[in-house]
Amino acid sequence: MASLLVRRTAQMLFVMAGISILVFLIFFATPGSDPASRIAGRNASPEVLAAVRHDFGLDRPLPVQYALMMQRLFITHDLTSFVNRGQQVIPEVIEAAPVTLSLVLGAAVFWVVGSIGIGVLAVATRDSVIDRLLMAAGLIGISMPVYWLGEIVNLVTQSRFHDTWLFSWVPPLGYTAFTEDPWLWFKTLLLPWITLAILYIGLYGRVLRANLVEAMQEDYVRTARAKGLSESRILLRHALRTSLIAFVTLFGLDFGALVGGGALLTEVVFGLQGVGKLTYDALRNLDLPVIMATVMYASFFVVFANALVDIAYATLDPRVRLA
Amino acid sequence: MPEALESRLEVPLLEVRDLRVSFRTERGLLLAVDTISFRVDTREIVGVVGESGSGKTVSLMSVMGLITDPNAVIGGSILYKGRELVGLSQRQLRSVRGSEIAMIFQDPMTALTPVYTIGWQIEEQIRAHLDLPRSKARRRAIELLGEVGIPDPASTVDRFPHELSGGMRQRAFIAMALSCNPSLLIADEPTTALDVTVQAQILELLEKLRRDFGSSIIIVTHDLGVVAEIADRVMVMYAGRIVERVSKRDIFTRPWHPYTWALHDSIPPLEGDKPHRLPSIPGSPPSLTSLPPGCAFAPRCRYRFAKCAERPALESEEGHAAACHLSVDERARFYATRRQEQA
Repeated sequence: MASLLVRRTAQMLFVMAGISILVFLIFFATPGSDPASRIAGRNASPEVLAAVRHDFGLDRPLPVQYALMMQRLFITHDLTSFVNRGQQVIPEVIEAAPVTLSLVLGAAVFWVVGSIGIGVLAVATRDSVIDRLLMAAGLIGISMPVYWLGEIVNLVTQSRFHDTWLFSWVPPLGYTAFTEDPWLWFKTLLLPWITLAILYIGLYGRVLRANLVEAMQEDYVRTARAKGLSESRILLRHALRTSLIAFVTLFGLDFGALVGGGALLTEVVFGLQGVGKLTYDALRNLDLPVIMATVMYASFFVVFANALVDIAYATLDPRVRLA
Repeated sequence: MPEALESRLEVPLLEVRDLRVSFRTERGLLLAVDTISFRVDTREIVGVVGESGSGKTVSLMSVMGLITDPNAVIGGSILYKGRELVGLSQRQLRSVRGSEIAMIFQDPMTALTPVYTIGWQIEEQIRAHLDLPRSKARRRAIELLGEVGIPDPASTVDRFPHELSGGMRQRAFIAMALSCNPSLLIADEPTTALDVTVQAQILELLEKLRRDFGSSIIIVTHDLGVVAEIADRVMVMYAGRIVERVSKRDIFTRPWHPYTWALHDSIPPLEGDKPHRLPSIPGSPPSLTSLPPGCAFAPRCRYRFAKCAERPALESEEGHAAACHLSVDERARFYATRRQEQA
């Protein structure tokens, strides 16, 4: 276990260092990407440009610039934005992270429960009308773009039917911290959770069904039948358990990416100031310090989610050794 | 013959009558098992021999009600202790499976769920049929593992299938099959996936089960050596039919069906010079969708004659039966010449 932690930490540091260098080079060293001209604005005179360049330390050698940025990000924690001068970057990320985490964690609960329910029900009623309807619904869920679905949800619950008994509980767009008002936190996030989860419920439900169908052909399922076990026990205790491996793999990848900012569209549609929104705004302004900070944060979560997946593997399948 | 009469009056443990198993396919109805009948008595070990696709596994799976293919059509009658199994609901069958009739499979690696310990899987079966608390089920599991010859059963009970050797896995599987004291054990090629030395140990274990527990065993195999080791009676199957039903003694001294002879030839001799190449049966088994109207083995048979275009019935004489048009004398003569050729 200890060696696993060490290995994972080393892996995480390696990934984060690689990504930071890559991001830095993309914005500073690729031809035509002159941050100074961006900061100075259009039609800036050469003198202004030079002043800006000096001011932001952009006239120093690239490795020095990189080292300085890393130092201010990780050691002194006082990295400031290029765009809103004096605005510290780290508090911004710290403020945005709980929003994204709330959104993605809640959606993950919905999509894990929902897709396992759908996958199991579809296999239990295999080739029947229920199975086909569920799989068709899954396909529809996958096909609906989240920004479109989000806008429709908003249109229905915030505007057209807001004054009916059905949706009068829906609070206005925005985010309320859990520590502030847990009930309001839940109410504001319920619709974003469902909106974000629908794609994954459809996707995971279909994947799980395919895996379960495969597992039900295995010899050990025949053994379980020969033991006189009930079909539901065979499905839930034998087939589902072994089918969760692929499910967990997918989950690790998607969860990491979403926490890292992949939930941008949902955040924008529902007015949640999360990490996705922060990254998006920073990219539009080429606000490199902010980009760097959010990318570091995202890569941390991707590696972290993968480490969790590895632990989940070992719990699910004893043949996987944690060494 | 008062003895024979007595055994006939007694209700057999398992009696299969005119069992037909067919599958609806795109190319028409595929008859996997064509009207077979056999019985298994208490404390009897019956061997079922045949090559792949001869219907041996399918017929035994239908005894267990384990054919889940919705396109399967099962006809005939399967009487277990006088109770009809064909047409029972899955729920009713569940009370028979595992507790009355248990099954052992070819490959114990894939036949055990990889993510649970041996003990968990044995306890699961015990608790599915008996109302036992977990602690007692566990004690019983350890006991069973000891009985099938697993050293240190108290620690093996917490091992996962992949942590055991092939032979130990098969022993653990047998322990699981025995957990509810079944009266009938169906073993589907239980030694095929194992090393030769381990094979002998597993067969010994099955023999011991009959001795100590009084179980009847049906053992499916394509290996006549396994039959020689353990079975009392043998059924030889070809293309979904029983072509010969014979005692263990007679299958080696005076087999009746040319297919059985051919199976004999494919066993390497223990004495004398090794043949350069083992003789094989010319041709290949017929496709079940296009069976010849007469004897299914005729196209591959050296001894076929005009009458083989008609389907031979399984005719028995003093407990020895064969589905062949050759007369008893001809069978003896042809088999003798065949032996000489081989020598």
